[in-house]
Amino acid sequence: MIRFDAVSKEYPGGTVAVDELSLTAPSGTITVLVGPSGCGKTTSLRMVNRMIEPTSGTITIDDRDITSVSATELRRGIGYVIQHAGLFPHRTVVDNVATVPMLTGTGRRQARSRAVELLERVGLPAAFADRYPAQLSGGQQQRVGVARALAADPPVMLMDEPFSAVDPVVRDQLQQEFLRLQQELGKTIVFVTHDIDEAIRLGDTIAVLAVGGRLAQVATPAALLATPADPFVAGFVGRDRGYRALAFMSAEVALAAEPAVALGSPLARARDVAVDDWVLVVDENDRPQGWLHLPAHPAGGPGPAPGEVGPALLNLGGTLAPVGGTLREALDAALSSPSGRGIVVDDAGRLVGSVSAATVLDHVHDTAADTPARGGA
Amino acid sequence: MTSAAGSAPWDLFGYFADHREQVLELLWSHTWLSVLPVVVGLLVALPIGWLARRYRWAYPPIVSVTGLLYTIPSLALFVIMPTLLGTQILDPLNVVAALTVYTVALLVRVVADGLAAVPEDVLQAATAMGLTRLQLLRMVQLPLAVPVIAAGLRVATVANVSLVAIAATIGIPQLGQLFITGFQLSVSGPYYPPIVLGIVLCVALALLLDRLIVLSARLLTPWQRVVTAR
Amino acid sequence: MNEVLVWLNDPQNWTGTRSTPGIGDQVAAHLAYTAVALLIAGGIAFPLGLVLGHTGRASWLVSVANGLRSLPTVGLLILLYVMVSPLVSGRGDAVYLVPTEIALVVLALPAILANTYAGVRNVSPAVRDAAFGMGMTGRQVLFRVELPNALPLVFSGVRSAALQVIATATIAAYVGLDGLGRYVYDGLASRQFGEMAGGAVLVAVLALLVDLLLALVQRVTVSRGVSGRFSRRAAGGDGRTARITELAAADPDDLSPAAGDPAATDPVPVPEGSGGRSTG
Repeated sequence: MIRFDAVSKEYPGGTVAVDELSLTAPSGTITVLVGPSGCGKTTSLRMVNRMIEPTSGTITIDDRDITSVSATELRRGIGYVIQHAGLFPHRTVVDNVATVPMLTGTGRRQARSRAVELLERVGLPAAFADRYPAQLSGGQQQRVGVARALAADPPVMLMDEPFSAVDPVVRDQLQQEFLRLQQELGKTIVFVTHDIDEAIRLGDTIAVLAVGGRLAQVATPAALLATPADPFVAGFVGRDRGYRALAFMSAEVALAAEPAVALGSPLARARDVAVDDWVLVVDENDRPQGWLHLPAHPAGGPGPAPGEVGPALLNLGGTLAPVGGTLREALDAALSSPSGRGIVVDDAGRLVGSVSAATVLDHVHDTAADTPARGGA
Repeated sequence: MTSAAGSAPWDLFGYFADHREQVLELLWSHTWLSVLPVVVGLLVALPIGWLARRYRWAYPPIVSVTGLLYTIPSLALFVIMPTLLGTQILDPLNVVAALTVYTVALLVRVVADGLAAVPEDVLQAATAMGLTRLQLLRMVQLPLAVPVIAAGLRVATVANVSLVAIAATIGIPQLGQLFITGFQLSVSGPYYPPIVLGIVLCVALALLLDRLIVLSARLLTPWQRVVTAR
Repeated sequence: MNEVLVWLNDPQNWTGTRSTPGIGDQVAAHLAYTAVALLIAGGIAFPLGLVLGHTGRASWLVSVANGLRSLPTVGLLILLYVMVSPLVSGRGDAVYLVPTEIALVVLALPAILANTYAGVRNVSPAVRDAAFGMGMTGRQVLFRVELPNALPLVFSGVRSAALQVIATATIAAYVGLDGLGRYVYDGLASRQFGEMAGGAVLVAVLALLVDLLLALVQRVTVSRGVSGRFSRRAAGGDGRTARITELAAADPDDLSPAAGDPAATDPVPVPEGSGGRSTG
């Protein structure tokens, strides 16, 4: 557990970067510091490993004042990941990862073999071990950065916009793997970002900071979306937060049975089971393939054989919602489906049933009626 | 050559007063011997540097050859030039030619690297607007490479002012001549004025030319002033 | 040109006689002056450049050293000689050696200092931040991170200094010292063009060889990750394409459409060294 107790940082000249910050980052969870540039989020993070010394206040890790050990000793026990990874250009990937263990006296051989393990853990094949950082893409460098921070198996990790410098596709992937990794490792993580979507996706707790280093709100992602503490937080959290909040409600809605036909079935059979002119088409394993709109194909059309349901006839619109997923996924499936019926599938991707947008909205309505009236925090 | 003035270092003003005409003449030859190679060298280095940037395969050989030229000591070049040019050993042209070689050797790489430092997206945008290769060079690449090229010119110019003086030891007159004079007059005891005067004028000339390049570069790149002014 | 070859081919010039040293002796003397000057200049400028670069303090010292570049070395040499000669007369070569070495040290200082300083300063802030952040001490950051990354520039400074010192050591003969400059000035005095140009050619060859040697040392000392000389070797065929396909296959990030695009996967090689020799 990391605790900030009335921590301030004022620079000579009177600029206040962090103003009386009191905050607790619980053990084994991800605490995200989020805010616009100039809100002191990075300064706050860097005070934890004493890259910046606070002007006043104390920071403790597991109830030990961080000033009770030397800065270097403190830092060797804290993983640190930064925006551009900051890999050492003159060292190979494996030696980069092995840096801290070797600083603390682990043998070269042991440090390196552990480093190779870690590389695989962050999704890099062992073949990358002997490359130099300049030979890697930005996303790969960031993976190495994470592996390097994990090398000494520190209980605490500080991450300063680690995924900001990579493209959205890679970022999405890195975030996903980071969550998976955290599930296995259960580190105490403080994570800085300016991206509220990233904060909501990754954070167990989110601390929103306002310009001038003022802590505006600390809350879980769902609470932050549901009840912003003040206009600043409301503005920062963004416009479609009502829709995003659905991502924190599980979709315990009743599913309707959805009739389907298999690929290759006769069109006549499709006509028999269709509801409102639309019929779902699945493969031999019951996995949804697309929708068939019957009025568009009165007598069949291009296909393996005339009069059969072929892949070329299908409308591929419609996302799939997983069973036990969130309301957001269920609503999205319904809204994006050409038939208006959102398809729900199980873990293996097999058809379970369907849900309509109206059903989802009714459920939202009922849930809202159950929760107590919302007020300012 | 002895004068009414004394032999202490600070008697350089008296020495200058006594030998005004001769010293100014030496200063003038020193100036053109230093500047002409830079001007010619830049004109030669620009197209070669451009080639090295334009054709990827040309970069390594061009940079290696110019690097080799750069290793040849200037005094050696002064002495070898007559064989290559068929000039007399005391012809000032040897100095100009030798220092031009030297300047080209230094500037080719600077020009190539300066052109290479122009951001790729700027080039793409300019090309997309329909600029021809020559317009691209004249309107985009050269202006943006000015700071880098100017830095190279400063190094070459300051080095040249110092190197020209060396030629005095083989008998080509310019400010270096003052050192030789002082050396020869010091047989019976130190005679400082011409030596100190020579050093002061050399340093002043180097600094003046350096400032001139900085100023012209600044005039050529008004956008940089905006950035630094912030 | 013929005269030069005749002079260089004359075995007597190489072995020397009882009274006159041979070319071998003069090369050795030339190298000795050079080595002493470089060691002293390096001994001052290298640690100073490291410390100034690491702390970022007193950068005006670098500007002052750069100002030394505008001093004409011949003038400085003669000034020092005139100053020193009354003090150390009668102590053999010291009267020539002391002024020469001081002038050569002054010549070598700026290049080594400025390049070492720039090399350390140029280390990316993210790299320095990461090094401190993982718990390295200031000394560890300097020697394990900043120095290895500064090496290309340090070497370019040392090589530039070595070239200038070898070239300028030639003038030492003008005030009376040995070295290859002897041939240039003796040849000039006696109108022996072959000897004069022969000496000049030898200086050029010596400069070239020393630069080559330093380039070799640089090649083995500088990490390939910094110099950008990555192994492009791969099993058979064109190493380049093999690497690209291997990368594309093994790259977990390249799920994007750019996957097969060589430009997207081929890492941009960092140019060896940087900038002009003495532009640092």
